[in-house]
Parts: sequence; C-alpha cells; structure tokens
Amino acid sequence: MALPILLTKGLIILVIFGISLLIATYSTYAERKVAAFLQDRIGPNRAGPWGLLQPIADAGKLFFKEDFIPSQASKWLFILGPSLAMFTALMSSAVIPFGDSIRFAWDNVNYDVKVQGIEINIGVLYIFGVVSLGVYGVMVGGWASNNKFSLLGAIRAASQNISYEIALGLSIITILMMTGSLSVRHIVDQQATFFEWNVFTQPLGFIVFLTCSFAECNRTPFDLPECETELIGGYHTEYSSMKLGLYLFSEYINMFVSSAFISALYFGGFHYPFMNEVNGALENSMGAVTGHNLATAIGFIVFFGKILFFIFFFMWVRWTLPRFRYDQLMNLGWKIFIPLSILNVVVTGAGLLYDFKYSSWLIVVVMVVMAVMSQAKAPKQQVVPQRTV
Amino acid sequence: MQLTNRAKQVSNKEMTLAEKMYLPAVVGGLAITIKHFFRKKPTIQYPEVKKYLGPIYRGHHVLKRDEQGRERCTACGLCAVACPAEAISMVAAERKKGEEALYREEKYAAVYEINMLRCIFCGLCEEACPKQAVYLRHDRMVPVFLERDEVIYGKDRLVESLDDRYIRKNSEVATTPTEPSLTRSTT
Repeated sequence: MALPILLTKGLIILVIFGISLLIATYSTYAERKVAAFLQDRIGPNRAGPWGLLQPIADAGKLFFKEDFIPSQASKWLFILGPSLAMFTALMSSAVIPFGDSIRFAWDNVNYDVKVQGIEINIGVLYIFGVVSLGVYGVMVGGWASNNKFSLLGAIRAASQNISYEIALGLSIITILMMTGSLSVRHIVDQQATFFEWNVFTQPLGFIVFLTCSFAECNRTPFDLPECETELIGGYHTEYSSMKLGLYLFSEYINMFVSSAFISALYFGGFHYPFMNEVNGALENSMGAVTGHNLATAIGFIVFFGKILFFIFFFMWVRWTLPRFRYDQLMNLGWKIFIPLSILNVVVTGAGLLYDFKYSSWLIVVVMVVMAVMSQAKAPKQQVVPQRTV
Repeated sequence: MQLTNRAKQVSNKEMTLAEKMYLPAVVGGLAITIKHFFRKKPTIQYPEVKKYLGPIYRGHHVLKRDEQGRERCTACGLCAVACPAEAISMVAAERKKGEEALYREEKYAAVYEINMLRCIFCGLCEEACPKQAVYLRHDRMVPVFLERDEVIYGKDRLVESLDDRYIRKNSEVATTPTEPSLTRSTT
C-alpha cells in the first residue's frame, strides 16, 4: 500500500476511534441530561458550564476507587471480562462507512481514500461476528465473579443475545437480497435517493432490527442482564473501579455502533436528500477535488447527525418503557420476531421477482388492518366507576 | 366513597391485537415523554436562587426586645419545658437598680442558650412563650456550622439588635406583638 494511503487511512482510523470514544464518553452525560429532561429535572449542571465536565469527574472518581477482586473469583477471567467487552465494542466500528471519500494529489498521483476503517466485502458479517463475540465479555465476567447473581445475569445476557441475534440476522437478509452485497458501503450507496432508503422499502425489517438492537445492546426495555430490581447489578455486581467503568463504557460504545449501523443500513448512511445537487454545485464552484472533499465532510456531519439522533432515541425509549419480563422477552424474540422476519423475507423475495421493492409494506398494511379490525370488534370498555360522588 | 375520583378500575380482559402489538402504546408513551422533555423545569437553583418561603417559615431564633429596646425574656423557662428536643437552657438573674432600660421585667435571662444541633425548628418555644420574647424568624436561616463549638448559640447571637428589628412580612401584625392572640396570626 502506498505511503499516502497508509497515512490517510491511519489518520481516518484515529479520528473515528477518537470520535467514537468521545461520543461514548459524552453519552454518559447525555444519558443523565436526557433522563433529567424527560423527568422534568435539569440534570448534572455543577461540573463546568452546563455540567459538561461531568464525564471527566465520573471517570476520575472511578479511577480512584478501590479495584476489588473477590477472593473466590477466577482472577484472570475476572480481568478478561471487561477487557473483552471493551475490545469487541471498539472493534465493530471498523467497517462502517462514515463518509464518501477524501481525494488528494501526492507526487502527481491522485488518491481516493474512503472514509472508513476498512472496506471489506463481508462488512455485515464482520459486524455480526464481532457483536456475537461481545456477549463473551459479559458471560466471562459474570461467570468469573463467583456470585449467583452475576451468573444469573450472565446467563440471561447470553440467552437473550443468542435469541435476538437470529431475528436481527433475519431482518437484515431482506436488505442483503435487495442489495446483493454484504458490504456496508454498497448497501449505503444503494440508498442514494431519498425514497430508496431502506427504512422506506423495509419498514417491518427496520422495526424488527431496531428492537433487536435494543436487546443486543442490553438497553431498556431489554436490560434484563443487569436489572437492579432482581439481580442487584447483574453480571457486574462484583465489579468496581474502572473495570465497572469499562463495562458501562462498552455499553455506550455498543450503543454508538448500533446507532451508526442502523443509520447506515436503513437511513442512507451519509446520504441526504438533494445530495447530488449539492455535490454537483460544490464541485462546479470549488473544483473537483476541494468540492468533493467538502461534500464528503457534509456527508460525514449528516451521518453523525443521524447517529446522534438514534443515540437520543435509545435514551428516549429507556426513560419511557418499563422492563420486559423474561418470558415476555423470550416470547417476543422467538414467537413474534423470528416468524415475522421470515415472513418478511418471503414477501420481499416474492416482490423482488417482479422487481417491486416495496412489497414489505404489504405485511405492514395487513397488520394495521387486522389491528384496527380487532380494536373495532373488541367490546367497549364496560368498566364504570363504582360510584360517582 | 372516593377521595379524588381519579382512581381507575383495572380489568384483565383479553388484549386486542392492536394492544398485543405494543407499538401503538409505545408510540403513545414516547409522545408523552417527549412532551415532558420540552416542558419548563420547576427546579430552583438553590444556593444561587432562594425562594420566598412565606411568613410562617421557621428559621433562626430571635430574642425580641420591646418598643423601648428592653429584652422581653423573663427567664420563666416555659420554652425550655416546651422544647421537645431539650435544646434550650437558661440561667435566670434578678434585675439590678439602673438596669431598667435593659430588661423589661424584674427577672431576666443572664444566659440563654440554644443548641442548634438539637433544635428541630418546631416552633413550640414560640408558642409557649407568655412574653412574646422568642420567635423563629422567617427571613433568616441558621447557617451551616463546621465546628462543634459553633453549635451552641448564646445571647450574643440570639438577642435582636436594635438596628435590625425583626418584622414578620404581614403589615397587620405589629412589629412587637403585645397581644397573645396575635402571636400566630400571620395569614
């Protein structure tokens, strides 16, 4: 590989790494702020202006806490757990295309470097592989703690992630069928026009994928592995200091990566409406190289806007919905999402035979009609107040 | 008999398909929470902003003087008896000749101490006092203390100073109430 490409790639990787760490750091702050605002409170506002230094204060506090390892715990696995969680969380953002490409000339050679960690033709598979490795962090940590609550949390995490990974994979298959490629960049490039964003062609797949990614990130309403009311802290009951910090931090990185993945797969990645017109105008007025790079920068910002919206959405849902019961969780995963996504695959496939992309809407329409009919047929609320005073 | 008429009768009837899909309810819930997101927050930034707590707030104790600047307290000890936390103690003394401008009655409190760690700011001393001598002022709080020897407040910090007379907000209540019926009427 030529040196300039190597340098730019290295720079891009460093920038993406730094940004994802920064976003994960400030997600902790945003989580508390959003929670506060949704509950008519103000949230942290003492550390720095608007409480902006709060994450640093939190991290400092975690670093200075006692780093405790239970005497009966398996020491190496206990340390391996959070490291594994953090490692897999950071790895998965490598294949996500954050922008189009950077063009520049060096020694009279024109380079065109993609704004992405690495472009591989099995990007989606790679993400799935890394995400399914992520559960080992939780599993190993919970098991090594030698604590019943931790083990219960770890087992819950494992079975939940395995159950929802199936529906997650099945809901994506429709996109793969339409794109004919496993490369995330190809999938993004296919959504160049606004109405071909996969959220419009695959509304059902989007809902299933979104819900499953909540479950994969262990976020409310599916945060059963760490539900405080039943399991104290779940898999991280025995963890303290920065090991606990790494677990919590990896959760936020996972949230960031799945937001990025959702935006890339369903919301057109770095595309936005009228992008071609804007790009054309920029390249005409500022030259092919500068204009293109500027257009890439705009796409990069748009993509991060989408990511931030989904991070906000994760938090919004967290402070809206109560936690599911474990049997409800399993029922939802196995009895609803998996059959639904298989049906979605069949219907989409049938539509694709006739070159019709929007056939997934058929299921949505049928479901809405059935819901409305059942609502109409249902007996009206016969419940009356016992007595009016 | 219902107190509020807001109680809802629950039923465990079969859910309709729309309800089983969760999504309408989820969207409804999201709409409710986002409404709260943009609502004005009722928080008061406490140390910077202080709210007026009304004329009946029970704060810092004050030993009143009368219109002529004489201490009203006669060291009868009824406040100490009434105090549920046993925070008040005093030593009585007889008024000497020539001290008539200082003390209103022939007996006065030479020492009057309130232990602010014990005090629960219930205001029973104020109610018990037959001379309208002790009040809990509504406009001042007992400051935070950091040392143990700051805890017991003596007469130096309790007796009202003449250039800083305590007046309850309500103009109808006299500055130094004389009638017993006026002591609690601050509405």
